[in-house]
Amino acid sequence: MQTTLSPSLPTAGPLSVLRPAAPRFYDDGTHHPPSGTLLGFWLYLMSDCLIFAVLFAVYAVMGRSYAAGPSGADLFDLPLVAVNTAMLLLSSITYGFAMIGMQQRRVRAVLGWLAVTGLFGAAFVGLELFEFTHLIHEGAGPQRSAFLSSFFALVGTHGLHVSFGIVWLATLMLQVRRLGLTQANRRRLMCLSMFWHFLDVVWIGVFSVVYLMGSLPVTA
Amino acid sequence: MTQARDDAHGPAHDHDHGHEGGDAYHATYRGYLTGFALSVVLTALPFWLVMGKGLPSPVLTSAAVLVFAAVQVVVHMLYFLHMNAKVEQGWSLLALIFTGVLVVIMLAGSVWVMHHLNTNMMPVHEMKNLP
Repeated sequence: MQTTLSPSLPTAGPLSVLRPAAPRFYDDGTHHPPSGTLLGFWLYLMSDCLIFAVLFAVYAVMGRSYAAGPSGADLFDLPLVAVNTAMLLLSSITYGFAMIGMQQRRVRAVLGWLAVTGLFGAAFVGLELFEFTHLIHEGAGPQRSAFLSSFFALVGTHGLHVSFGIVWLATLMLQVRRLGLTQANRRRLMCLSMFWHFLDVVWIGVFSVVYLMGSLPVTA
Repeated sequence: MTQARDDAHGPAHDHDHGHEGGDAYHATYRGYLTGFALSVVLTALPFWLVMGKGLPSPVLTSAAVLVFAAVQVVVHMLYFLHMNAKVEQGWSLLALIFTGVLVVIMLAGSVWVMHHLNTNMMPVHEMKNLP
């Protein structure tokens, strides 16, 4: 439309043909509709949720196919998983405190709580890596059985998400330190907040279905 | 939390209008601490059930673990993700419900189909006896 109209109307421009009078919009500029970023990010999280759902489905189907190898009851160190769960839960609430600091526009509180959140997240990833290396050294790597393949795929994907969340968190800390709690930075902090809490929700499924139910003896 | 409101509507440098960007909801210590306390209980109980063998049968324990997980997911959604029917005029909740339906179909369908596939599969020792 524009490309065909514009050469013949060099002075007026294409839009003046389509809209001869200035339109009267409902939005006269005094009302600012909320930004669509948060809804868009929520939709991304929902699609991410589908990725995890597929991995959970694979684990649900394959989780008891040990190929004569070790089972979850043999391998899982539940006290370690409990500590890991506590790390992620603590990081969730400290991120919440950072959000409260953001609402009160206290840059130092935000940076402090974000740092604590990052440390808890790093502890979580560290413990998970320790667990993974321990399993692989025991000969229970992802190639051992369908159970272990689906286990590493699901738990590893979650750990990868947390790792990227930590990178994002560190980036945002630098942003907040340089630019302060501008509207753009607050929006970014909101998005990371959703991401972080969402990962904690996924972890509920992981520790319940993979670790706890996987440690129970086979019944069927 | 009134201070944040005042700041948002005051002479800010970055064209604040309160409900944009960072102020979609108002988090409180009380809300986060309530959610945290509930989560700790809802996490500790299933761990105790499995590690301390609190229930007589594994089937019962599995069911209890799943129920605790479902309740904790709801707690996180309410207290940490601040989900309600008003967020983004209800579109967030709609997307969440839609995703939930998809997840249930995907999980239940996979388990159901694959379970029947497994039970109807010829056992390996019978396969060896084929002529």
